[in-house]
Amino acid sequence: MSAQGVGLVDYDEAVSRFDPVLGLEVHVELNTKTKMFSGAPTEFGAEPNTQVDPTSLGLPGAMPVLNAKALESAIRIGLALNCSIAERCRFARKNYFYPDMPKNFQTSQYDEPIAFDGHLDVDVPASEDGSKPAFTYRVQIERAHMEEDTGKSLHVGGSTGRIHGAEYSLVDYNRAGIPLIEIVTRPLEGTGDRAPDVARAYVAALRDLLRALEVSDVKMEQGSLRCDVNLSLRPSPDAPLGTRSETKNVNSLRSVERAVRYEVSRHAAVLDAGRKVVQETRHWHEDTGLTTAGREKSDAEDYRYFPEPDLVPIEPDPAWVEQLRATLPEPPAQRRKRLQAEWGFSDPEFRDTVNAGAVELVEATVAAGAPPAAARKWWTGELSRRANAEGVELSALAVTPAAVADLQALVDAGTLTDRLAREALDGMLAGEGGAAEVVAARGLAVVSDESALVAAVDAAIAANPGVVEKIRGGKVQAAGALIGAVMKEMGGKADAARVRELVVERVGA
Amino acid sequence: MSTPVAELVRWDAARLSQALRAGVVSSEEVTRAHLDRIAAVDGPTGDPDGSGVHAFLHVDAEGALARARQVDADRASGAELGPLAGIPIGVKDVLTTRGMPTTCGSRMLEGWVPPYDATVVRELHAAGLVVLGKTNMDEFAMGSTTEHSAFGVTRNPWDPTRIPGGSGGGSAAALAAFEAPLTIGSDTGGSIRQPAAVTGTVGVKPTYGAVSRYGLVALASSLDQAGPCARTVLDTALLHAVIAGHDPYDSTSIPAAVPDVVGAARRGADGDLSGVRVGVVRELSGEGYEPGVLARFAEALDELRAAGAEVVELSLPNIVHALAAYYLILPSEASSNLAKFDGMRYGLRVVPDGEHVTAEQVMRATRAAGFGDEAKRRIVLGTYALSAGYYDAYYGSAQKVRTLVQRDFTDAFGKVDVLVSPTAPTVAYRLGEKLDDPLAMYAGDVATIPANLAGIPGMSLPAGLSDGLPVGLQVLAPQQADDRLYRVGAALEARLVAKWGGPLLARVPEWKGVPA
Repeated sequence: MSAQGVGLVDYDEAVSRFDPVLGLEVHVELNTKTKMFSGAPTEFGAEPNTQVDPTSLGLPGAMPVLNAKALESAIRIGLALNCSIAERCRFARKNYFYPDMPKNFQTSQYDEPIAFDGHLDVDVPASEDGSKPAFTYRVQIERAHMEEDTGKSLHVGGSTGRIHGAEYSLVDYNRAGIPLIEIVTRPLEGTGDRAPDVARAYVAALRDLLRALEVSDVKMEQGSLRCDVNLSLRPSPDAPLGTRSETKNVNSLRSVERAVRYEVSRHAAVLDAGRKVVQETRHWHEDTGLTTAGREKSDAEDYRYFPEPDLVPIEPDPAWVEQLRATLPEPPAQRRKRLQAEWGFSDPEFRDTVNAGAVELVEATVAAGAPPAAARKWWTGELSRRANAEGVELSALAVTPAAVADLQALVDAGTLTDRLAREALDGMLAGEGGAAEVVAARGLAVVSDESALVAAVDAAIAANPGVVEKIRGGKVQAAGALIGAVMKEMGGKADAARVRELVVERVGA
Repeated sequence: MSTPVAELVRWDAARLSQALRAGVVSSEEVTRAHLDRIAAVDGPTGDPDGSGVHAFLHVDAEGALARARQVDADRASGAELGPLAGIPIGVKDVLTTRGMPTTCGSRMLEGWVPPYDATVVRELHAAGLVVLGKTNMDEFAMGSTTEHSAFGVTRNPWDPTRIPGGSGGGSAAALAAFEAPLTIGSDTGGSIRQPAAVTGTVGVKPTYGAVSRYGLVALASSLDQAGPCARTVLDTALLHAVIAGHDPYDSTSIPAAVPDVVGAARRGADGDLSGVRVGVVRELSGEGYEPGVLARFAEALDELRAAGAEVVELSLPNIVHALAAYYLILPSEASSNLAKFDGMRYGLRVVPDGEHVTAEQVMRATRAAGFGDEAKRRIVLGTYALSAGYYDAYYGSAQKVRTLVQRDFTDAFGKVDVLVSPTAPTVAYRLGEKLDDPLAMYAGDVATIPANLAGIPGMSLPAGLSDGLPVGLQVLAPQQADDRLYRVGAALEARLVAKWGGPLLARVPEWKGVPA
């Protein structure tokens, strides 16, 4: 049941009768060392109220000074989104009372954003079952502006962790004043039934772009990338825009997609019932996959904006802006196409690499001399399993791309079998040293002494006359038993292929 | 020691500086003399409505004496000290002082002890000045009489039944009552200059951005400016030189060299203003100005002419709208600046009775109890003026008027070097006289407000007495030409003091408190 008590309409049915229009607002926490307007540190997860100073606590008399690095990041984001950069712009005060806002106004940009009128081309992948094709959608960017984050309220007591029913509330101002960039799209029209896919692909593309710019941690689960989804329906693409809802707290790519689907179904049900969609803020619930109504948001909500008199206008030197443009990384989508071609990966292989978060790691491993296919197998296979088992990011494993390349070189040289290589990896992850060191210390190298192998093969033949009969009788696959015996005898440190050759040769089949 | 200690409090800072450097007196002696004077005339602590001057809200005798002894020790060890090292000073209670209460004259901040010093206070410490304590003011610097202090009125040393001006009445009265030779004020629409005028002292509002606002609790950010107050033009310049300069903690502070204000004050003291063009602002005299004020102003113009200045009258047509624009811009900015006082983090916190009290209810109760009437009046005005649908008509129009006023000044300073006017239309009125008539009180700011709107520097200095009460003359100069104030001010001061046969403050009656 939705808040308006009219149930839901099946998604496919809803998009067959209504035209969805999306709008996405993404807040990005910048990874600057200090806050937007003061020198307070910005470490994530620190003890409450330790990353503060007079300005970020809003103490009487304290004043803001713009963080130059934050401005630089804002301009680079704007340029990467193909925006125009304002020659002159100001901050404004957004006035409202809330305990997690130290000054009871947020210093933000209002009608003078630092970047405006841009776009981002987004590759929307084909649906899993292949029924809907891949395509590219151009997302029009209305603006990217700078603002400061608020603190965080913690409601203690009560069952829900929400303000209602709580015994008391605590406020942590560590996050207050963290630099944010808010990126706002224009209404995304013409997405049709692919609206959820477009929304997800846009946020994913934005995340990749921000990561490539190295301006943010872009961790949705930690809130350094937060997405608000605006959605409205209209009877047809020619009709005027319908009333929108704004869904907050959509903090994973999957949730972006699900929240859009849910809201499409909900709006359709409201409209089918002959009611009006309420313009309101809604909250996304990851666990139930539902949105619930928050505060009603009328256009009359009055923040009493006015230009921030404690900050001077920003007038970025055009020469500096051009210097920043020269620092932009290769666009992620373009870079991916280039790497896929260079590496010769199939589409599924490359998608696996991307999904594993291994593109940079594979790239570095290849740069250290490993063949691309081998590098991919390591990072998307064995190393991904280990990272999952340890519950860490792939890049947080205690092994570098160069070390992986060294390991692979030993495999390619025939010094290690795949099984031995995995054992060597154990030692490397345990901090026993590089590939060569671990192989030496653990005695893992393949036995290359031919006479020892021959002796072991002969011993196995002598010990298994029945098997030998079968092989001679044409059952070549029976050789496996002899190979296994030899491998066991050699403690696994033999090249199985060479053993097979020797078995066949000595049996004389 | 040959100098009677009681006499030390009558010395100006320049004379104290010489005596300290010559080893005639120690900073400890000078500091103790002022603390004794405060104890004698300021009234007993905890008796704010008694018969004392009540210039101070907080006196830090221990801290001041300790600092004085430190400066004496530094001097004895041959350390290089600034000209004002070892000299006591009072600081308006609107500037944060680490470890010393800062109330802004409001119940809202009663008992709040800031964890950091304002940049101005840091500069004072760095220059070796001895902070005696914090001076009284209208709540959050809103008012022209100091009657809006939550902690009781300050009395005018010339007549204890009269206002000392405001909002910085404490800083001005402390000078006129010889409780401190130097004080720091802040001026949003005249809060340094008008108190200086009605107490017979000198006060300067520097160019906007010349003195850091970091740690100056904001009333109206685009108008506020801290500045020096003293009994002579030279002392004011010496203090100006200490507190002015670029501050990376205040992005509106000017990244340029401070004009040589001390040099200008010394140069002006020869009383010669040959070649200086002085403009008399036609709109800032005549109707609404008391005859006694106009008479002293006219005599001062004669002195300027006698000093060789070329005096011309000119018109700044838009400044008649300055008062109206100011009383929209100020409340608008103030409504936002004062929003932070909500009982959540520091200062007063009022929790209403009942179960399940919300944060919003605590905020409401705290603000209802913590702010006085004048603060509430301006918060309501400003909130209204910034509201959607009214912004353009009020705040937007006021900013346009502000631009026109700035343009008028630019035009005027194309013709003259400085402008002059009476500082205030009247002499000090009686306590309570305009308490119920805010518009009449606001009208007293008519001559000082234009400088704040335009961001230009202004000085008030004594021009004589009317019915036994001081009259102030205002000098205005272009942005970043603060030195012109000091040259013209020092020249006029030299000639007037010669004419009077001594400083005006020599005539301030000995403090006897309020007549029964």
